[in-house]
Amino acid sequence: MSLQIKNLTKVYGPQQALKGVSFELRAGEIVGFLGPNGAGKSTTMKIATCFIPPTAGTVTVGGHDVVDDPMGVKRITGYLPEHNPLYLDLFVHEYLRFAGKLYGLAGKQLTRRVSEMVAVCGLTLEQNKRIEALSRGYRQRVGLAQALLHDPQVLILDEPTSGLDPNQLVEVRKLIKDISRQKTVIFSTHIMQEVEALCDRVIVINKGQIVADDTLSNLLRKTSGGQILVIEFEREIAIENLAIIPGVLGVQHEGQGTYRLRASPTTDIRPALFRMAADKHLALVGLRQEESSLESVFHDLTGAAPVEH
Amino acid sequence: MFQILAKEFNSFLNSLIAYVVIGVFLTAIGLLMWVFPETSVLEYGYADMDTLFSMGPYVLIFLVPAITMRSFAEEKKAGTLELLLTKPVSDWQVILGKFSASFLLVLFALVPTILYYFTIYRLGDPVGNVDTPGIMGSYIGLALLGGVFCAVGILSSSLTANQIVSFILGAFLCFLVFAGFDSMAAMTAAGDTALWLRQLGIAYHYQSLSRGLIDSRDLLYFFSIIFFMLSIAKLIVGSRQW
Repeated sequence: MSLQIKNLTKVYGPQQALKGVSFELRAGEIVGFLGPNGAGKSTTMKIATCFIPPTAGTVTVGGHDVVDDPMGVKRITGYLPEHNPLYLDLFVHEYLRFAGKLYGLAGKQLTRRVSEMVAVCGLTLEQNKRIEALSRGYRQRVGLAQALLHDPQVLILDEPTSGLDPNQLVEVRKLIKDISRQKTVIFSTHIMQEVEALCDRVIVINKGQIVADDTLSNLLRKTSGGQILVIEFEREIAIENLAIIPGVLGVQHEGQGTYRLRASPTTDIRPALFRMAADKHLALVGLRQEESSLESVFHDLTGAAPVEH
Repeated sequence: MFQILAKEFNSFLNSLIAYVVIGVFLTAIGLLMWVFPETSVLEYGYADMDTLFSMGPYVLIFLVPAITMRSFAEEKKAGTLELLLTKPVSDWQVILGKFSASFLLVLFALVPTILYYFTIYRLGDPVGNVDTPGIMGSYIGLALLGGVFCAVGILSSSLTANQIVSFILGAFLCFLVFAGFDSMAAMTAAGDTALWLRQLGIAYHYQSLSRGLIDSRDLLYFFSIIFFMLSIAKLIVGSRQW
C-alpha cells in the first residue's frame, strides 16, 4: 500500500472537518479525490503530507506514519498544495534548485534532476525567468516540477488544474497522466471531466465522510441505473421500432431523426440497433453513448444529506 | 538549515531589503556619531564610541523587525510555508535558518562601523587613547542584542500573517526587552525585586559587557533569551493555527 488512511478524524475547534475517513491507494494507481468545496479534500491532503496533525486515526505513506516518522513521509511524497504557492521572487531554476536541496539532493545529481524536471514539465524556455513573470499554466508546471524533483513514490496534488485556461488544462492533465505511469497519484478536483480524463478510480468525499470509492465505470453504472445512447438516423422512424429492441427501457424523440434511448446497463443494444437499421434500409448517421455524466453522479452522492453515524 | 539560510539571505540581497537596512543603519549611526552636535563624538571631546553603543540599540529596534517581519508573515500569506514545511525539513531548521539569515544581515550592517573605531583611534590624543577592550565588549554586546532582536522579530512574525502587525509588534517587544525591564525596576521600590527586574532586561547585561569584561553569565543570558524567543516561535509554528 502506498497510502493508507484509517479512521482519519480532524477537528478544527467546533467544526469536525473529517469524520473517520478510510481509504487505501495501491502502488501505481491514479485516483481522483472528489468532493464539493469544504468537504475535507484539502484537510486530508494536508494531513497526509504532515502539514497538520490528525486529531485521531492513522495515515501511513509508504509504510511511514505521519505522526511518528514525518521525515520519512516527507522524503517520499511530492506535494502540490492548493493554489500552488511559489516564491515569486525566485527564478525558476533557482527555485527548483532550492527545493531539490531541501530534499537532500546535491552536486551533479541536483543539476541532473533539475534539468530533467525542467524538460519533463516543459519549462525549458521559461527556466531562466522569474516565477512572477510566468503565466498560471507555467507556474503550475513549476509547482509540479518541484513536487517531482526527488522522484517521490507518492504524489499528492491539491486541485492541480484550477484556474487554468482550456489549453493549459489539457497540457497539465497530459503531464499528470504521463507522470502517473510510474507513481501513485492522488489529486483532488471538483471538475468532473478531469476525473474522466485521468483516473481509473474515484473517491468521493462529502462533509468529511467518504461517500463513494470505486472505479469510474462502476460508479457511473451504479448510480445511473442504465446507459444512455443517442442515435441519429437520416430520417424519422416510428418510435415503436426502437422500443421493441430487447434491452431498451425508454425512447425519447429529440427531433430530426434523433432519439435518446435509455438501455439496461447489462445488455449492449448497439448490435441490435444496427441490424434494425439495416433491415429497414435506414442510414445510421450517428450513435453516441452518453453515459450518465459523472456530474449527475456527483450531485447524487453529495447533494443529499450524508448518512450520519 | 543552511539551504534556508542561503535562500533567505539571497532574497534579502535580491530585494532592496539588505541595501536599505544597511544603508539606513549606517546613515543614521553616521549622522548621530559625527554630525548631530548633541551626540557627535567631535563635539563631545572624548575618544570613545559611546554614541554608537547607546544609540545603536534604538536604531536596531526599528530596523531588525523590518528585516524579520516578512520571514513567516509573508510565507503564511502566500501559502509557501505549507510548501516549506511539507519538505523534509523540521520546524526548527526553518526557524533557525530564518533567524540566522536575519542575524547575518544585522552583523553585515555592524561590520562597517568598525571603521569608526580606527577613526577614533587616530583622533585620540595621544593617538590610540581608546578603551579597546570596552569597545570589543560593546561590539559583542551589540551583536548579541541584534541577535535577541532578530529572535523577537521572528517570534512576532510567526504570530501573524500581516507584515505590518508583525513589524509593530516586533518593535514594541524589542523595546520592551531592551528598556522595559529597567523602567519597571525604576517604578518598583528599590531592593531585590528591582535588581531582579533589571537583570531580566537586556540593558543590564549589555552595559555589563560594554565595560570590557566578557562575563559568561551575560553571554548565557543573551543566548537563553534567543533560545527562549525561538522556542516560542517554534511552538507557534508547530501549532499550525494561523
